[in-house]
Amino acid sequence: MDFLRQWQQFFPQFLPGLWVTLKLTVASLVLGFPLGAALAVAVSSTRRVIRWPSIVLVELGRGAPGLIVLYLVYYGLPQVGLTLPNFLAATVALAITTGAYSSEIFRAGLLAVPVGQREASRALGLKPFKEFRLVVLPQALKFVIPPLIGFAIILYQGTSLAFAISTPELLSRAYNAASITFQFTAALTLAGAMYAVISLLAIALVRTGSRRDERP
Amino acid sequence: MARILSILAAGIGQTVAITAAAFVLGAVAGFPLALMRRSPYRVLRMPAAAVIEILRSIPPIVWLFIVYYGIGSDVVKLSTFQGAVIGLGLIAAAYLAEIYRAGIDAVARGQWEAAKALALPRRATYQRVILPQALTVVTPPAATYAIGLLKDSAIASVIGATDITFRAVQETQANLHGLSVFAVAGLLYIALSVPIAAVARYTDRILAQKVAK
Repeated sequence: MDFLRQWQQFFPQFLPGLWVTLKLTVASLVLGFPLGAALAVAVSSTRRVIRWPSIVLVELGRGAPGLIVLYLVYYGLPQVGLTLPNFLAATVALAITTGAYSSEIFRAGLLAVPVGQREASRALGLKPFKEFRLVVLPQALKFVIPPLIGFAIILYQGTSLAFAISTPELLSRAYNAASITFQFTAALTLAGAMYAVISLLAIALVRTGSRRDERP
Repeated sequence: MARILSILAAGIGQTVAITAAAFVLGAVAGFPLALMRRSPYRVLRMPAAAVIEILRSIPPIVWLFIVYYGIGSDVVKLSTFQGAVIGLGLIAAAYLAEIYRAGIDAVARGQWEAAKALALPRRATYQRVILPQALTVVTPPAATYAIGLLKDSAIASVIGATDITFRAVQETQANLHGLSVFAVAGLLYIALSVPIAAVARYTDRILAQKVAK
């Protein structure tokens, strides 16, 4: 089993890359989800100055390829005098993409809360902010958590784009190891397996978690 | 702005060709995969399910690398275009297989029973009863997938396919005005997705009319 021996050799070299990939995933989500929640509220704002820019950001973030957003941040911002190191640029770009996509998830969650709940809080004399914080938000969160986890798994895979701006994540490690040893198939399939195992584990975890919730 | 657009426009052909070829490859390969996935026999169902899961749980760019650098240097030499099409096409097959499966499952059970009662052979049941109805369910998500594929095709630039993104990167490295170049590139991708959505709406309407009759 030549192949397995090569995997064994590569595996420890790839672990630091996996660590960067995980850090990138978490950082983008931590920045991106609050951005998405804010955009979800901003998109349905009654004020045009707030509504239009946020609609543009959401549509561009969802309509343009993730790689273009990444390049826009990494190669584009220097044009206005803002040069970001590659890990930070990747985080910012992935956070923008996360914000744009998750805003639609948050928006659907907010809409899923029955109108009667808002009417009831108004009838009880709750101020708009309290109505949002105590009544709407807790119920919306229940709807948004499963799709947000699904998005997080997609983003974990999406961090591989950061290869294109030479962030030292999992794919970069694999590619570098492959170009030194010329064992492209072995190195790249190992990287693929590392992405797959974590994605599949996360999916399995979510499935058992949601099954448990269904039980009375 | 016009100058940037004319430079990027040179990549439109490659972007569209990669997207279209990968979609066709996925649409064809996805079909047997969907049928296997629905098979009552475990020997067919399990491998299909495994293939679909594996294809979907590895990032597209990694697939492109496995195909282009892995298979491309160890088995047969591939062009960047072939590498991109095979890589993206494989993933498309997995996603479209799941879309087909959902479409076939959405056809009411009574339709299968009616076909059986009429003693239609299996092939005719699929061709004349099930697939035409499944197609109307399949079109909208398949179109959404095609738009996603158009955006994913941007990663073909990383293995050197000369698409829109590739031209944009080249232009940025020559003249330092990345913000304008990539903003235009982003808008170009959005503009290209508009006709896909339009074609999807059109076919959806035609199909809905046909089935209603």
